Amino acid sequence: MSGFPYFPHTEGDISAMLSRIGAASLKDLYADVPEEFLLKGEPDLPDALSEEEVRAWFSRIGAKNQPLKVFVGGGVYDHYTPSVVPYILSRSEFLTAYTPYQCEISQGTLRYIFEYQSMICALTGMGVSNASMYDGPTAAAEAVRMAVASAKKRTRVLVSEGLFPQVLEVVRTYAHYGGITVDTVPVMKGQTCPNCLRGALAEGDVAGVLVPQINRYGIIEDHSGFAEAVHGAGALLIEYCDPSALAVIKTPAEWGADIAVGDGQALGIPMSFGGPYVGFMAVKKDHLRKLPGRIVGETVDRDGKRAYVLTLQAREQHIRRAKATSNICSNQSLMALFATVYLSLLGPEGLREVNRLSADGAAYLHGQLLATGLFEEAFPGKPFLKEFTLVSKIPAATLQKHLAKAGFFGALDLGEGRVSFAVTERRTKEEIDALVACVKEVRL
Amino acid sequence: MIYYDKLIFELSAPGRKGYTLPANRYPVHAAVPGTLRRAEAPALPEVSEPDVVRHYTNLSQMNFGVDTGFYPLGSCTMKYNPKINEEIAAMPSFTGLHPLQPSETVQGALEVYWETEQALRALTGLEAFTFNPCAGAHGELTGLMIIKRYHELRGDTARTKIIVPDSAHGTNPASAAVAGFEVVEVKSLENGRIDVEALKELLGPDVAGIMMTNPNTLGLFETEIKTIAALVHEAGGLLYYDGANMNPLMGVVRPGDMGFDVMHLNLHKTFSTPHGGGGPGSGPVGVAPHLVRCLPLPRVIREADGHFSLLGAEENSAGKVSGFLGNFGVILRALAYIKMLGRQNVRRVGELSTLGANYIKECLKDVYKLPIEGVCKHEFVFDGLVNDGAREGVPGATTLDVAKRLLDYGFHAPTIYFPLLFHQALMIEPTETESKETLDRFIAVMRQIAAEAAEDPDILHNAPHDTPVRRPDETQAARNPILKAL
Amino acid sequence: MSKIIEGLKYSESHEWVKVEGNVAVIGVSDFAQAEMGDITYVDMPDVDDEVSAGEEFGALESVKASSDLYSPVSGTVIATNEELEDSPEAINEDAYAAWIIKVEMSDPSELDALMDAAAYEAFIA
Repeated sequence: MSGFPYFPHTEGDISAMLSRIGAASLKDLYADVPEEFLLKGEPDLPDALSEEEVRAWFSRIGAKNQPLKVFVGGGVYDHYTPSVVPYILSRSEFLTAYTPYQCEISQGTLRYIFEYQSMICALTGMGVSNASMYDGPTAAAEAVRMAVASAKKRTRVLVSEGLFPQVLEVVRTYAHYGGITVDTVPVMKGQTCPNCLRGALAEGDVAGVLVPQINRYGIIEDHSGFAEAVHGAGALLIEYCDPSALAVIKTPAEWGADIAVGDGQALGIPMSFGGPYVGFMAVKKDHLRKLPGRIVGETVDRDGKRAYVLTLQAREQHIRRAKATSNICSNQSLMALFATVYLSLLGPEGLREVNRLSADGAAYLHGQLLATGLFEEAFPGKPFLKEFTLVSKIPAATLQKHLAKAGFFGALDLGEGRVSFAVTERRTKEEIDALVACVKEVRL
Repeated sequence: MIYYDKLIFELSAPGRKGYTLPANRYPVHAAVPGTLRRAEAPALPEVSEPDVVRHYTNLSQMNFGVDTGFYPLGSCTMKYNPKINEEIAAMPSFTGLHPLQPSETVQGALEVYWETEQALRALTGLEAFTFNPCAGAHGELTGLMIIKRYHELRGDTARTKIIVPDSAHGTNPASAAVAGFEVVEVKSLENGRIDVEALKELLGPDVAGIMMTNPNTLGLFETEIKTIAALVHEAGGLLYYDGANMNPLMGVVRPGDMGFDVMHLNLHKTFSTPHGGGGPGSGPVGVAPHLVRCLPLPRVIREADGHFSLLGAEENSAGKVSGFLGNFGVILRALAYIKMLGRQNVRRVGELSTLGANYIKECLKDVYKLPIEGVCKHEFVFDGLVNDGAREGVPGATTLDVAKRLLDYGFHAPTIYFPLLFHQALMIEPTETESKETLDRFIAVMRQIAAEAAEDPDILHNAPHDTPVRRPDETQAARNPILKAL
Repeated sequence: MSKIIEGLKYSESHEWVKVEGNVAVIGVSDFAQAEMGDITYVDMPDVDDEVSAGEEFGALESVKASSDLYSPVSGTVIATNEELEDSPEAINEDAYAAWIIKVEMSDPSELDALMDAAAYEAFIA
């Protein structure tokens, strides 16, 4: 054996251990495996590489990606990551720990989850948050399941067509296997149609209604009257939110929601080609017992010291097995720490400032693009923050391709001639001017 | 470890800030209409950058990780997390990619998926993988959706049951329930293996499949796997492999060869990516050829010309299970590990993890009850102490007490009270990255604890003594839940 | 030794029933509370929910366990013990005082299938 850096065993160690066990060889340890299942020779993997070769391989592969200035959202936003965040996340005590089952030596993890839960409650205005979900779409799907579980016997949910497609599709998938019927509520004039919602509710059997606070067109929806209508039909209202925007816009609690879900990616988490992100889920206190996933609570130890523990575990799969509220076990704990450190650094004012810069940039880009004459307003007068939608006179694919050549990712194709753009605080006015100049060239 | 008693909110003072942002140079200013604005600012802390760094550093010092010490947590495969992985995952050429970017601008990222898929195919004997599930339980759920979809496509909707052994991980029955199946339990024999006769009784036209892990949660190889696979397939069902216990099979045995049709892997266990205090993980799901059309979307495909593209539509797909393509950052780490291991070293993962478990078992079985004799794989289960020290007026030391006492000696505890087959289960998994010296130290401490229990079980009852906090009042936490600050 | 009260009916899943006319008052036995340990939560049905004999109507939770509650009789829930929402420990303190639900029975003959105190004492011995 030539040795390998992650295996500490010397040949002497191996023989000493084998002899203590009473086995003649390592192969003997597999004597209980039928011979026909033992792999003959080495598996068909590439050759082992040195660390430097591994780095070089990934650098070469990484270079096949084209770096673009991102002017698109669609549920994923290029917000700035303060350097403190990855620094804290790289601390091995956080990074290399398992789930905090042994609370006496996991107070670090437990305490940041408690802080995370507190911050999610502060942003959403809800009473209780869990310790995180995989991502926004799965959090929405779990919320829909939760609404059905709470409703007893009613199995129909209404979902807005204004949700991001990835949210709708994951909800549909979970619903299909869970025996839940999904009906959609259309978007009219840029927002989930209140009359259509009332009509769909009147058809009965509705357990939950899922609507976006800010929809796929970037519009901040007005949900006046939604909670009354939904609750009047005996259903739960679920709001899909952007946690960054919650620093300024009306909270799901203020709209009367029972469940708030969304993706924490907008809290400075790198886009990283789709993950890892962190889903969040918070509910009104009355629904605590149906909340899926881990929850951290405060208590005292036997010396009276403040201590944190995983609590209310009797809801969970390792105790309830088939009757658990969800099958979720591992969540996205380290990314919950990401959100917690980010929110600590930014605070209420920083987060508001991020929104202001992004929204002003978006408003500027919006105006400049309209001024080119190549676009028309898709939903005139509708309020938006960092993301907006226009009707493009240039086919979306042509426009997107043209921009990519110039190093921009812009003009997300929403169908029906509509394209969306997004601006974060990472984009500069110069970059916006360059993007607009590039758009103008398409015509030329 | 030092006790530190602050929440970040308790360091807050109005006016402090921990960020910088560029000056606002836009000539226009957007305003959110009053009716859509929140009434009050969110109660987030206002703290300086050094406050934040010191606070979280202090918190981290109340935590135990794999880098801190031995972590013999059964079924969790707490192996060393290589540092090169972290460097790769942080490369800006990967972290800066938006998931909706056109395929031609993300060829490198797509190649990472394809390369990882090839390696997992070679190690498992399955045909194709999806990387969209974000954790092990998410993989299980996805695998079960694939099974349900497969039967649906054949018009066989009568298959409503999933068989799960009584020794299974709790996620198995929970995932089956979420996927809309009824869960039927199959008993284990005295020797810890599935009761094949009992299984035969359960099989029928209403069974969609069986979920197994092999070796099972007792660390025992299911020696009748060939018979089980034949019986289940004959009855029209599919075999699901829970990859939580894949580590001892790495480079030695392939689930696909044993007859499994669907499986998930835990990249955060078997493939060395850090567990992060409870995620992010990654639970790729592999399937046999007849199930490839049911894999979730999107999926990375290599075109004939060597280009990579995303398969976005397939009417037979089980659906979409997460926002995009799963936890890409975790997949990057796993591929870095695979590249380091290569075909030359992978077999040793299986062999050395199995060696370590058997070594501990043999060195301790005179003082801890070993319910089932014989060779184990990467983990095994004791059923409490041989002598728990119980005497008139003093109850004996339990598995919980042993676990808590281990913390005083600087070790993480094993998994306790699981599997449910034994009342005092103590499930130990050492992994291949622990040296003989570490195992010897652990063995010595476990013997010391057994001696303490025999002598004075109160030493164990009162443990841990030297941790930042001692045993918490969990009853109080559950009866009067305090779940947020303020 | 678990406490058993004369005059109550008992089920094999350790619920007790006190018959008050056509109403069954239902709780769990002292034996059941002792097995559970510190009860942290009682999951109860809503008033007006229908329950069936032998079917689940709720659950008891402790820190590390959950135990389903099975209704010994069929009928309609007419009351739940709201005191248990804030004080689940009342069951630990006196399992026979801390009733859980009251059911208006639809088939009182189902009571005949239950055990009396002596039979239950033998059952748990």
